[in-house]
Amino acid sequence: MKVSIYTTCMMDLMFPQVGKDMVEVLERLGCTVDVPENQICCGQPTFNSGYVEASWPVMHNQIDALSSIDCDYIVCPAGSCTAILKEYPDLLVDDPTDPTGQYMAQAKILSAKVYEFSQFIWRVLGIADCGAELNTIATYHRSCHMTRLLGERETPFWLLENVKNLEVRQLEGIQYCCGFGGTFSVKEHEISELMVTSKVENIEATGAEVLVSCDPGCLMNIGGRFNRLGKPIKIMHIAEVLNHNVDESRIRKVSEVPAPAAAPFP
Amino acid sequence: MGLKTSTLPFTERIADAAKDQFAHASIAKAQDTQYTKRENARAELGHWQDWRKLGQSIRQHVIQYLPDYLEEFSDNVEKRGGHVFFAQTTDEANDFILNVIKQQNGHHVVKSKSMVTAELDIDKKLQALPDVSILETDLAEFILQEDDWDEPSHIVFPAIHKNRDQVQTIFKKLGYDGDNDPEHMARFARKYLRQRFLEADIGITGCNFAIADSGLINLDTNEGNADLADSIPKTQIVVMGMERLVPSMKEAEIMDNLLARSAVGQKLTTYVTFEGQQSAGESDGPEDFYVVILDNNRSKALGTEFQEILQCIRCGACLNVCPVYRQIGGHGYGSLYPGPVGAVLSPILGGYEQFGELPFASSLCAACTETCPVLIPLHNLLIKHREVETDRLKMMHGFTDFQMRVVGKGTSSPFMFKMALRFKHFGLSPWTHQRPVTATNFFEYNGAMITNGPGMVGGWTDVRDLPSPPKHRDDFRVWFKHHKQQGGETK
Repeated sequence: MKVSIYTTCMMDLMFPQVGKDMVEVLERLGCTVDVPENQICCGQPTFNSGYVEASWPVMHNQIDALSSIDCDYIVCPAGSCTAILKEYPDLLVDDPTDPTGQYMAQAKILSAKVYEFSQFIWRVLGIADCGAELNTIATYHRSCHMTRLLGERETPFWLLENVKNLEVRQLEGIQYCCGFGGTFSVKEHEISELMVTSKVENIEATGAEVLVSCDPGCLMNIGGRFNRLGKPIKIMHIAEVLNHNVDESRIRKVSEVPAPAAAPFP
Repeated sequence: MGLKTSTLPFTERIADAAKDQFAHASIAKAQDTQYTKRENARAELGHWQDWRKLGQSIRQHVIQYLPDYLEEFSDNVEKRGGHVFFAQTTDEANDFILNVIKQQNGHHVVKSKSMVTAELDIDKKLQALPDVSILETDLAEFILQEDDWDEPSHIVFPAIHKNRDQVQTIFKKLGYDGDNDPEHMARFARKYLRQRFLEADIGITGCNFAIADSGLINLDTNEGNADLADSIPKTQIVVMGMERLVPSMKEAEIMDNLLARSAVGQKLTTYVTFEGQQSAGESDGPEDFYVVILDNNRSKALGTEFQEILQCIRCGACLNVCPVYRQIGGHGYGSLYPGPVGAVLSPILGGYEQFGELPFASSLCAACTETCPVLIPLHNLLIKHREVETDRLKMMHGFTDFQMRVVGKGTSSPFMFKMALRFKHFGLSPWTHQRPVTATNFFEYNGAMITNGPGMVGGWTDVRDLPSPPKHRDDFRVWFKHHKQQGGETK
């Protein structure tokens, strides 16, 4: 199975380890992985800030880049960026700079191929246990865009459930945004501060040592606030968890494990 | 104050909200309580997503044929002997209402809760009349009135920012000498209000839905005060937004279901009233029935990308799920309509000059869109407002605007992005300092942190640390190239 990595600008700029872990997990599960060279960013920073005219070239570049390599699936380490690529066909309806509709046509293909990392493992590869082990107490932060725009509420919880020696504690107020919101965190930092502080308090209350999420943006926000407050936490993207102390003999398919429990706040 | 509820600048309002621990705790508690009640009430109905679609289609249909339904409704009100006045502006509406009160020789006005009358700021106009008394009879609005006309901070729970101790203090001024038990305080208010109802000669109410094919109005309340306001006084003045119509009772029943479950987590509100001009042989209801239908820039949304906001039924569910509302409360928004719906509606009603900040006061988490019972894509409409302000009206200027355009260039040109990858570590080094790392793993690039970054990074580092970006040789792309050269397989 040929998989293209949709790197996201944030992973490229800030969190290379996430990409490495993602590639290693996917290759271990039998995928042939490649990285389209010219990809940059999904366009959310400008689009969501109202700079819509400036966003069309960003999306066009991303469409060209991701279409440049033949693949079966596109896999992304961020729920938010996955969701926006899925929405490209809806957004490009208003694009005046695509008169022939060539970008729209490509966007529809890409949109059907893209998956967020955890949902790709569970729903496409059909893998429930990646063979990982992590001896700690963790809590999971659910990102808003992955949950509400992409509609994925379950796969991270299900995969974490199968990580050996990992205890996942439920996070109070899991439905509330951490205050990242892309440029919101910068432009409206007074409000963002109140939101992220409240998130830090809820995470602390779980007693977890590790915070896991599927969105690097949220992790950078929450982790940055933890560090500013001088409070201890270990920040892990789910790819890092699933690539931790792996014993390949423990890898199990979805059909080989008991049916998972419902995720919180369905 | 009308639509605008504060003269303070946005950042000061946020700072005030951050300081108000009482309000903060009250709002958080109310949101959490409502969460359970609302979700249970919706689950109980079953097929919630289908109900939402039904609600959306009813509302969209009405908005699409709004002129026809307005005509049908006003014809039917007049057929029953009532009067309809179409007000383009709040001034026109206020003049009409004051005139009716004068003509009817009214002296004691009782009001039930209504957002549109708050939009008119009619209370203040009535207070200015020497021989007219005005009383808000919704318990929460009554509390605000007695607290020297404090501004409401929620469209369904106007006094959500007050706790029971604050209410007790307010009631003491009226002679209440009991404890802070809500039941005792409500009983006191009930007794106080009842006497005033009996003296009232004018009742002013809002309108949840106007029924086009019958000329009746539909009111949903839990306190019964609206029913007293429309049945005791001789004259009733209904004030409604021009979009609040449904074709018939059949649709009203559906909308009432959506509204009650979304607004207060109940199957239906305690009182679901359909009323209008008293007909021959009826024993109650107003002898003189006036309906004021207010535009106040609502029609500006018709035929635009913002038309869907007119579907809103003012249930307030989007406020109750909003993480920004949770932090800054209604007063932080500085608009009578706070929360996600307010951030979309206020700039339409009051203009971008007054409310241009509000569409940006959202992390676009989409909790609002997810909960809206009539499927308004609220977070997308916020982006549309941003687009109008940025691309169309060119309201963004200065350094931030310049930086956003740089971001646009940097994220569309592979060459520039490669340069950024190459120089990001070095480029930020003047702002990078050694600093203790407590948030480990993501933040271990030599323990170096950016704590007061330049430009937009400064907005980030005002609140949180930013890890120093990795050196180019540690980038994912560099690693992957090497990994592939080595055969590209992981075991």
